[in-house]
Amino acid sequence: MAHSRPAIVSGARNAPPFLLDIPRRLLSIVPLVVLQPVLDRIATHVARSRPRLFARLGPHTDKRYLIDPVDLPFVLVLIPNSAQPFLKAFPRDGKVEYDAGIAGRFINLLTMIDASLDGDALFFTRDLRVVGDVEAVVALRNALDDCDGSIVDTITGAFGPLSGPAGLALSVVRRMTAGHRPV
Amino acid sequence: MAIGQEKAELTLGPVLFNWQPERWRDFYYRIADEAPVGTVYLGEAICSKRGPFFDPYYEPVVERLTAGGKTVAFSTLSEVMLRLDRQMIERVCASPDLLVEANDASAVFYLRGRPHHIGPFMNVYNEQAALALVQRGARNICVPTEMPASALRELCAAVRTHMVTIEAQVFGRMSLALSARCYHARAHGRTKDSCQFVCENDPDGLDLKALDGRSFLTINGIQTLSYDYLNLIRQVPDLCAMGVARLRLSPHTCDMVAVASAFRDVLDRRIEPDEGMQRLNALQLSAPFSNGFYYGKPGYSLVNPEAARATV
Amino acid sequence: MSATEFHRPELVCPAGTPAAARAAVDAGADAVYCGLQNATNARNFPGLNFTEEEIAETADYVHGRGAKILLAVNTFPPAGKFDLWRGAIDLAVRRGIDAVIVADIGVAAYASSRYPALRMHLSVQAGASSPEAIRFYCEEFGVKRVVLPRMLTVSEIADIHRQIPCEIEAFVFGNIGMMAEGRCSLTNYATGVSTNMDGICSAAGDVHYDEDAAGNLTVRLGNFVLDRFGCNESAGYPTICKGRYSCSARTEPYYAFEEPVTLNLSALLPDLMRAGVTALKIEGRQRSRAYVKAVVAAFRKAVDDIGAGKEARLADLIALTEGYRETEGAFRSKTWR
Repeated sequence: MAHSRPAIVSGARNAPPFLLDIPRRLLSIVPLVVLQPVLDRIATHVARSRPRLFARLGPHTDKRYLIDPVDLPFVLVLIPNSAQPFLKAFPRDGKVEYDAGIAGRFINLLTMIDASLDGDALFFTRDLRVVGDVEAVVALRNALDDCDGSIVDTITGAFGPLSGPAGLALSVVRRMTAGHRPV
Repeated sequence: MAIGQEKAELTLGPVLFNWQPERWRDFYYRIADEAPVGTVYLGEAICSKRGPFFDPYYEPVVERLTAGGKTVAFSTLSEVMLRLDRQMIERVCASPDLLVEANDASAVFYLRGRPHHIGPFMNVYNEQAALALVQRGARNICVPTEMPASALRELCAAVRTHMVTIEAQVFGRMSLALSARCYHARAHGRTKDSCQFVCENDPDGLDLKALDGRSFLTINGIQTLSYDYLNLIRQVPDLCAMGVARLRLSPHTCDMVAVASAFRDVLDRRIEPDEGMQRLNALQLSAPFSNGFYYGKPGYSLVNPEAARATV
Repeated sequence: MSATEFHRPELVCPAGTPAAARAAVDAGADAVYCGLQNATNARNFPGLNFTEEEIAETADYVHGRGAKILLAVNTFPPAGKFDLWRGAIDLAVRRGIDAVIVADIGVAAYASSRYPALRMHLSVQAGASSPEAIRFYCEEFGVKRVVLPRMLTVSEIADIHRQIPCEIEAFVFGNIGMMAEGRCSLTNYATGVSTNMDGICSAAGDVHYDEDAAGNLTVRLGNFVLDRFGCNESAGYPTICKGRYSCSARTEPYYAFEEPVTLNLSALLPDLMRAGVTALKIEGRQRSRAYVKAVVAAFRKAVDDIGAGKEARLADLIALTEGYRETEGAFRSKTWR
């Protein structure tokens, strides 16, 4: 692996407005052991419901993507393999191996994944940072962008009425992104 | 025209830079008298504003070149947009007895139906494009500088039985891009209309360095060229074997007679390609040689032909 | 100005994926243009573009809503690989594509001789920037529309319109590469990947971003440094023509070709329409469908307002622009050159 760093950057440069801070606050108190089963479920569900996404990724389905929400205490590693999807949270201060990394504020990453925010525009304003295998990042971005509707809806729809902080956090995020109109 | 069996001809492409008219004239006088080249392309391929400066010298230069046994062809502008550009094209193409090399479709518009050459700015990459142009009168096609040997070989094979020859640049900075904007003017805080011909200060182009200090590109008015000089002298036997009939030298301020002689000696097998390379190295140009495009590698790279053959 | 001065121009919109095509049509596109997942088009980027099945599905969706679908086959086949381009033209006919957008003379010759009824547009990649060049393609290959290079002023466009037998399509928004389209080998010089033959400008696999501890971002293409951005400086596409360099005529590094900016001709729309432009083109097949939706909707409203004799009020699109800056490029004034 070409890269091995705990995280792409240590923190957000711009303090987010209070409202945008809510999911961050909720997620920041979730212990990783609680978060991990949620992530597993997200990965499996997206893999099953969005098969075309993986075809678009072509040779990049075995790449390790580091997704770094700079305002959260953990980072995510994604291997978008349709047979064995992998999405795992790691503590920010740990050592994580990856091929390609994307860093940005949590809300920006989420709205981009949800196709309601333009990744290039985020990059132009330096709100999104990319390291490592840029081609893998571009492929993932384009593949996600072809997913109709909201991936966040897909994810939250998979859980039904969840109890606990993780489910609450996701549902807040879902409502927020539905109302978030960045363009 | 039989291709492949005959010895390839050396040609001299048009001077791409804005030389002082007297220097330009004297350059061609020496080429006429001393350089072992068969065809010489004259004409302004880059900027129509420069054109008029050379008008007084065309007649004596053509006379001298013809007397020296050279075939003279006129290269047209590579980018045709303004009224002045269009008038230049129309004027050059108006004389039926001139051999013209078309560098854009507006020249082909006038030249269709009579024999003409197609220049390297015309983007002929494949046999279908070549044959469509041959049907309309093209008799020689110079391929773009980025054309890899693999495609060049296919192209030569495909047009072998047709009335057309293939030409490729083998020496000089490589044209990489054209633009509507004049970058010489921009470098000096001017615009194309108010340029005051600042490009005349850079007879081999103005070097651009990347932020780490590495020399990268060369600007010449609206044209961007490589910093490196293309040098395919070690690929000459390969080029002849695949059937490239004309090898083009692009003029610079270095000793072009020496350059032409080195290539001619390799073509005539008087010296080995390696010795030809040594003679070009002895010119001590300000920038390195490269040949990457030929091998489908980054254009700035220099591939050793033996190593390339070993990997095939 | 009266509405009768104009015919209603066609809004031609980018689609990098089927989802983007649907978003464009839903937002009011009259036509979408797309490409296959190979070197036959000039946006041959990872994860982007269409399979034949996706072309067919998209054609159904688009046609069902009264819009058109165009296929860009606008790169230059190197000898020995022509079959891939021939296949793209065949596919377009097989799947009921409304027009193909071509650049190569060989591809144009094939399409016009094999499928005389197939509508052909001349891509901006052909670099036809004069009436004579355009007439050559019209007369020899039956081209019905030319996409004009982004180097002409509005009055020059009007002048061309009077001298050619085909329709004009002009760019109104998007990334503005500084080099004449179809005449640029800069990427190939630095990386060995050709924009003309491979359909890739600044291949993502050759782009490297390095950010230091202070947040300064260095952008490289292959082995060449293109630019460095301070921690709060906005960035642009990692292309050679948007990089900063130094030269003997300048004391400081400068944007030798162009700053990172986005073309936005929304203010010139009435002039363009009066100049005889048949179709208005939005660039950006590589952009997200969020971009497509926002830009198409804004231009749809503007064009409709102008058509209704109202003053067009353009939604603010600055948030989507490169370097957070807009330009009218060559279109307003010759001093841009």
